[in-house]
Amino acid sequence: MMLQLSGVHAHYGHIHALRGIDLSVQVGEVVTLIGANGAGKSTLLMSLFGQPRVSAGRIVFDNEDITRLPTHVIARRDISLVPEGRRIFPRMTVLENLQMGAVMADPDNLHVDLKRMYALFPILEERLEQRAGTLSGGEQQMLAIARALMARPKLLLLDEPSLGLAPLYIKKIFQTIRELNEDHGMTILLIEQNAHHALRAAHRGYVMQHGQITMTGTGRDLLASAEVRAAYLEGGHAAA
Amino acid sequence: MSPLVFANNAPTLAERCKDAAGIALIALLLGIPMIGLTTADQGGSLQVLTRWPLLGAFVAAAFCGRLALRYGLDMLKQRRQTRDREAAARPGKRGVRSIRILELTGWLAFGIALVLPILFSDNRYVVDTATTVLIYVMLGWGLNVVVGLAGLLDLGHAAFYAVGAYAYALLSTQFGWGFWTALPVAGLTAAVFGLALGWPSLRLRGDYLAIVTLGFGEIIRVVLTNWTDLSGGPNGISSIPRPTFFGLPFVPSSDTGTFASFFGLEFSPMHRIIFLYYVILLLSLLTNVLVKRLRRLPIGRAWEAMREDEIACKALGMNITNVKLSAFALGAMLGGVAGVFFAARQGFISPESFTFNESAIILAIVVLGGMGSQLGVVLASVVLVLLPELGRDFAEYRMLLFGAAMILIMVWRPGGILSHREPTLRHQPAGEQA
Ligand SMILES: Nc1ncnc2c1ncn2[C@@H]1O[C@H](COP(=O)(O)OP(=O)(O)O)[C@@H](O)[C@H]1O
Ligand SMILES: [Mg+2]
Repeated sequence: MMLQLSGVHAHYGHIHALRGIDLSVQVGEVVTLIGANGAGKSTLLMSLFGQPRVSAGRIVFDNEDITRLPTHVIARRDISLVPEGRRIFPRMTVLENLQMGAVMADPDNLHVDLKRMYALFPILEERLEQRAGTLSGGEQQMLAIARALMARPKLLLLDEPSLGLAPLYIKKIFQTIRELNEDHGMTILLIEQNAHHALRAAHRGYVMQHGQITMTGTGRDLLASAEVRAAYLEGGHAAA
Repeated sequence: MSPLVFANNAPTLAERCKDAAGIALIALLLGIPMIGLTTADQGGSLQVLTRWPLLGAFVAAAFCGRLALRYGLDMLKQRRQTRDREAAARPGKRGVRSIRILELTGWLAFGIALVLPILFSDNRYVVDTATTVLIYVMLGWGLNVVVGLAGLLDLGHAAFYAVGAYAYALLSTQFGWGFWTALPVAGLTAAVFGLALGWPSLRLRGDYLAIVTLGFGEIIRVVLTNWTDLSGGPNGISSIPRPTFFGLPFVPSSDTGTFASFFGLEFSPMHRIIFLYYVILLLSLLTNVLVKRLRRLPIGRAWEAMREDEIACKALGMNITNVKLSAFALGAMLGGVAGVFFAARQGFISPESFTFNESAIILAIVVLGGMGSQLGVVLASVVLVLLPELGRDFAEYRMLLFGAAMILIMVWRPGGILSHREPTLRHQPAGEQA
C-alpha cells in the first residue's frame, strides 16, 4: 500500500471541508479523484501535507503514519506535489526551478535527473535560461511536473494539471502521466475536473462531493456509470 | 494571461474621455468650495464671491491632464510589453550583452570607489559624502537580503542600524572595547534582534509584515529615547572612540605614537576621514562578496524561491521557518555592522538618527535600485544621497525635488533602476558537472 487515508476530516475555521474520507492508492496505480469545483479535492491533497491539518483520521504513506508530521518533513518523504495553479517560481529561470525541486535531494543526482527531465519534456531544455514566468501555460505545467519529479518521488500528486490548457497540451500532459506510470512505474494520484480524460488514464477512480467520497470503482466502470456521465461527462465532455 | 489580453485592447477614445470625465467631475466637486467660492473683505463684512471661470479652467485642466497622463502611461506600457515579448522570444544574446555591461559597470564603480579619496585627498566634503553613500550602500545591501531576495517587506531596518550603533557605543564607552573587537559582537547582537523580530512575524506576509516591522522599528527608537540609564535618552551617547589604525590613533599627538608620527607624516585631519572611507569600503565589499556567495548557495536560492511562492517551497520540503529567520538575521547583522561604523564615524549617536525616515530611505534605495540587484543598490544610494546634496541650493524645495525624482524613476523603470536578475546557475554544456 502506497497511501491510505482512513476517516479523514478537515476544517477551515467552521467550514467542514473533508467529512470522513477513506481512500487508498496501491503501488504502481494511477488513481484519479474527480468532483465539482469546491468539492474538497485540493483540500484533500493539501491535508496530506498538513495544510490544513486533519482534525480526525489517519494518513499512512509508505507504511509510516504521517498524519502529525510537519509539512516540510512530509515533503521530504518520497511524495511530490504538483499544486493547483502550478506555482512555479516565475522570476527564476527554468533551470533554477528544476533545481529547487531537488533542494532536498542528493546533489550528485542533479545532473542525471535534469537529463531525465529533458528527455521527458524536450521543450524545457530549450528554455533553460528563460524566466519561468514567461513560459506558456502548458510549458509552465510541464515545468511544475518536472520540478516535482526532480525529488525522485515514489508517489506523485497532481492537482488539476490540465486546468486552463489548450487541447494540445492537455493531450501531452495525459500522455506524460501514462508514460510515467507505464515506463517508470510511478504511482500517481490525479485530481481532475476533466473527468473524461482522467478516468481513461486511471486504473481506479473516486468521485467526491461536498467533502465526501460518493462513488468509487475502476476507471472503466466509472466512465460507464450513468451517474458519473450525467454529473461530470455530458457537458463536461463537450467543454474539454 | 488575462492582463496581456486586456492590455492589447487599448482603450478607445470614448473610454479615455469617460475616464478623464470622471477625474474632471472629482475636480469639480473639490473645486467648488476650494476654487469656485472665495471670500473677500468688503467694507468690514465678509462677502462670498464666486470664481466660475477659474473653476472652469481648473476642471478643464484636470480633464486634459488626465487624458495626457493616461495616454502617456498606456504608450509606455505598450512599448515595454513589446520589448518584453521580443526579449522573451530571443533570450540569449541580449541577456548576455546586458550582463557584460553590468559586470563592467560594477568593476568601474569599484575602481572609482578605490581611487576616489586619492583624487580628492584635500576635499573633505567629497570624501565625507562618499562615506555616507557607502553607509547607505551597506544598509541597502543588508535590507536587500530581506526585501529583495527573501521578499519580506521590512519597514524597520533602521532598528538594526540603531542596535549596532548603540551596541558599539556602549561596548566602547563602558567597557573600553575597540572598534574591531566590538564589530562582530555588535553585528551578532543585531542578528539576535533580527531573530526577535522574525520569530513572532513568521506567519505574516506583505502589508501585515510591513506594519509589524514598522512597529518594531518604533519600539526600538522609543526604548532608546526613554531608557535613559542605558542609552542616555534623547541626549544620546557622545565621545564614542574612533577606530584606530592597528592601535595608532588619528590625533595630533599622543604618548604612544600616532598614525602621522608612525609613518613620518605631518598630522592632517584628512587622514582619519580617508581611513574611515576605506574602512566602510572594505566592510561593504565584504558584504557584497558574502551576499553574492550566499545567493548562489542553496540558502540564497531558497530565499528567492520563498519570495516567489511560499506554498510551493513548503511542498518541496523547505523549512520556511529557517529560511525566513536566516534572512532576517543576516539582514539585521549587516545593518548592525553599518550601525557600528556610523557610531564610530560620528563619535556621537542619539535616537534622532534612527527614525522611520531612515528606514524609509533604506527601503527606497532597495526598491529604486531594483529589488535584489546589488549594483542597483549602489546606483540608488548615489542618487538618493547626492540628490538632497545637490538640491541644497533649492532650500525648501529640496524634498519636493527628491520626491519628484523618485516618482520619475518608478514611472520610467517600475522594476527599479536595474531590474535585471542574474540567474544563480548557468546551463553547462553537456558532459560537465553542474
Ligand atoms: N484556504 C481556505 N480557507 C477557507 N476555506 C477554504 C480554503 N480553501 C478551500 N476552502 C473551502 O473548502 C472547500 C473545498 O475547496 P477545495 O478543496 O479547493 O475544492 P476543489 O479543489 O475540489 O475545487 C470549498 O468550500 C472552499 O471554499
Ligand atoms: Mg481545487
